[in-house]
Amino acid sequence: MAVATATDSSSPMQTLADFGKSKSLRTLLRVLILCFIAGAAVSSRLFSVIRFESIIHEFDPWFNFRATKYLIANGFYDFWDWFDDRTWHPLGRVTGGTLYPGLMVTSETFASCWPPAFSGLTAFAAYLLTNEMTTNTSAGLLAAAFMGITPGYISRSVAGSYDNEAIAIFLLVFTFYLWIRALKLGSVLWGALCALFYGYMVASWGGYAFITCLVPLHAFVLICMGRYSTRLYVSYTTWYALGTLASMQIPFVGFLPVRTSEHMPALGIFGFLQLVAFIYYIRSSLSGAQFKAFLFVGLGAVFGLALLALVAMTSAGYIAPWSGRFYSLWDTGYAKIHIPIIASVSEHQPTAWPAFFFDLNLLIWLFPAGVYLCFQDLKDEHVFVVVYALFGSYFAGVMVRLMLTLTPIVCVAAAMAASQLLSTFLSVKSPVAKDPEQEDATDVSSKKIKQNAGSLRSTNSPYVGVYSFMSKGLVSGIMTIYLLLFVLHCTWVTSNAYSSPSVVLASRMPDGSQHIIDDYREAYQWLRQNTKEDAKIMSWWDYGYQIGGMADRPTLVDNNTWNNTHIATVGKAMSSSEEVSYPIMRQHEVDYVLVVFGGLLGYSGDDINKFLWMVRIAEGIWPDEVSERKFFTPRGEYRVDGEATETMKNSLMYKMSYYNYHTLFPPGQAQDRVRGVRLPDTGPVLNTLDEAFTSENWIIRIYKVKDLDNVGRDHAAAASFDRGHKKKKAIKKRGPRTLRVD
Amino acid sequence: MAPKKSQTKDASAAAPVVTTGTTASAVPAVSAPSKKPSSAAVAAKSSDAWSSVATNILSHYQKTTPQRTKLIDLFMAFLVVVGGLQFVYCVVAGNYPFNAFLSGFSATVGQFVLTASLRIQTTEANKADFPSVSPERAFADYVVGSLILHFFCVNFIN
Repeated sequence: MAVATATDSSSPMQTLADFGKSKSLRTLLRVLILCFIAGAAVSSRLFSVIRFESIIHEFDPWFNFRATKYLIANGFYDFWDWFDDRTWHPLGRVTGGTLYPGLMVTSETFASCWPPAFSGLTAFAAYLLTNEMTTNTSAGLLAAAFMGITPGYISRSVAGSYDNEAIAIFLLVFTFYLWIRALKLGSVLWGALCALFYGYMVASWGGYAFITCLVPLHAFVLICMGRYSTRLYVSYTTWYALGTLASMQIPFVGFLPVRTSEHMPALGIFGFLQLVAFIYYIRSSLSGAQFKAFLFVGLGAVFGLALLALVAMTSAGYIAPWSGRFYSLWDTGYAKIHIPIIASVSEHQPTAWPAFFFDLNLLIWLFPAGVYLCFQDLKDEHVFVVVYALFGSYFAGVMVRLMLTLTPIVCVAAAMAASQLLSTFLSVKSPVAKDPEQEDATDVSSKKIKQNAGSLRSTNSPYVGVYSFMSKGLVSGIMTIYLLLFVLHCTWVTSNAYSSPSVVLASRMPDGSQHIIDDYREAYQWLRQNTKEDAKIMSWWDYGYQIGGMADRPTLVDNNTWNNTHIATVGKAMSSSEEVSYPIMRQHEVDYVLVVFGGLLGYSGDDINKFLWMVRIAEGIWPDEVSERKFFTPRGEYRVDGEATETMKNSLMYKMSYYNYHTLFPPGQAQDRVRGVRLPDTGPVLNTLDEAFTSENWIIRIYKVKDLDNVGRDHAAAASFDRGHKKKKAIKKRGPRTLRVD
Repeated sequence: MAPKKSQTKDASAAAPVVTTGTTASAVPAVSAPSKKPSSAAVAAKSSDAWSSVATNILSHYQKTTPQRTKLIDLFMAFLVVVGGLQFVYCVVAGNYPFNAFLSGFSATVGQFVLTASLRIQTTEANKADFPSVSPERAFADYVVGSLILHFFCVNFIN
């Protein structure tokens, strides 16, 4: 809807055009349109609240929520020094030093419903950024509208997703706007503002490294193109000197800007610019040929030397090499082999092709056209769009999550293309045909080229104009239809795909009415009410923040994933047999184990489907004790039915998932609806755990870890005795059992 | 930060050193007289001798730079010396309070680039590059930038 309003400002109606001639009215219209866009952006993010209720989604937000509560309760200084002993039991977490505090500090001062509000600001920032790129003001409005409703950005900023990204994208776009502004004006003030917002960005999201790399890259490309200017020197050095200091104020970042490779490009370009500036300065007192030789030899040598020094310092250990997370962006297979914990996150998977169309729809094919338009009039800021487009497309292709950083530039470029198209075809005035030569635009331009053969074709703007009202109407009509379809698509995607909180599931009843499945909250509520305040819950790390936030119980591992070994310990406990797992759980004082099981409902995001990652991560630390191969049948299948391997059947995860499950069904009919297989009639036997709670749809199952046996028997014997079996030699057959101590 | 910075300075310092070296080997006959009298510099320029580069720059600087800009340059030279001293101290005596070293060093580096920006913006020859920045505006920006810089430095120094 906002799009339709935006196009109105340049509508073919002559009356409206006359009406809109006065300058103040145009400003008023522009402000109104921006307000409408902000309104549309906010309201499309409120779908989730209407569909479900006001609840925090996903996993990470629960931590942010908890951290904010702590900040409000204990004040800012305590927050910095916050040592959280209720996660990562028994290690604890130095929370104050390992988070990006921008979000919590922001939300302390704003209302709870603020991610949508930030999307309005993002739209405004996109408007400003686009206006820097083109003189056509309708492009800015279109960009704002695109930014406001595109699903690629909505996915992270719906109401209830209390996450860093929501605020970070606004800061990203606004920082880029300030950077372009500073570069254009060569002003220290704008550079300083850019640095301040960069600092804010660093405080909010780990993705700040994107800016840290993109701005130097832009500067470097400009220098290589021979476009060095004193403005570039002023803006870049101001931004770097102040921005780096600002980023070092965040405890989590600290010395990283001088220690790690991610930050080295910025530093290198900073030094390089000093050199270039110096050389340009002495240029004025040297003759041309002398200077050229001096420039090439001098610059090349110093650049090479600096690179060598960087390599030497990296290998000598003064500068940390690229961290795994960044390295995996270049070598996409790297994470899978070396750091399975990163590869196991679904957001870190490579993007599938349909996802581009799903998230950006028509923008994705307007995007290259917009980038092409930048080449037509290649100024410093257009170079930025080109560099950003290339860089952003690559990263978005590598990691689903980084689609978020591509979205702003797609919106900007697409808006430029769309507004170019619309303003060409929407002008009421037909061009006046003076000469017969000029009737064909391409003909004229080709003749012009012959006349002044020295200049490039792109430098003399061809005479463009459309005569027939028919073709005008046709093209603008089609474009309008596309834009309307885009709005429809965005609305549909937002309301259906991105508005469901993962805590609450929705399904359709046979009669079409909505049925809410609320097992997560049921289980967390049970934990809150029926367990001791300090009962330690072991679960896979995905659910750590939720347990901490909703059930308020200590967890072993959570979504922070700072300690790979600890996560691998949990993975080992889950993937080993009970005899191995029990000592591990005792050592970590685990009281309850929580698993997510979707077999009854057909909920595919359950732990059995994530199980292989647990095995892989555990195998990374204990290759002798856990082996991924043993979970596959000899034919290489991952099975959970009667054909499953012995290791699989004995693993704690398998037992906990399918314990007593067959009793739900008539004999021989037990079925797992996620894997679509029939299960054996006899379910697994659990000796060391007691089933404590199973939610309504069996999604969450909680087990209590048994205490040591009163009379000193091992649990298998005790359980077997309870089942009424006599003490048999069969138990002895397994031989003496030793506790494994790691 | 440190190595790059020092390299820049090295380049400026190295220019004259290299010059004399090449002169000695390449064109000893011409360069020998060119050193003393200033009028001979004109002759040396045409002969492409490297030493003329240095003298050219020097005389150009003395002729064209206004007094105020020279003051700015003096301040920048002072900052380079202070920064260099801190860096040498860090290398020799260890970087133990790394916070303090970093903030001290980046204060000098930051102040250096801000001053360089001020110098660039106020130079007559660069007027065309900065249509919107008057000298007064440049100075106001400079003050704001320095305030922000030192606020961060003081906050970071512990």
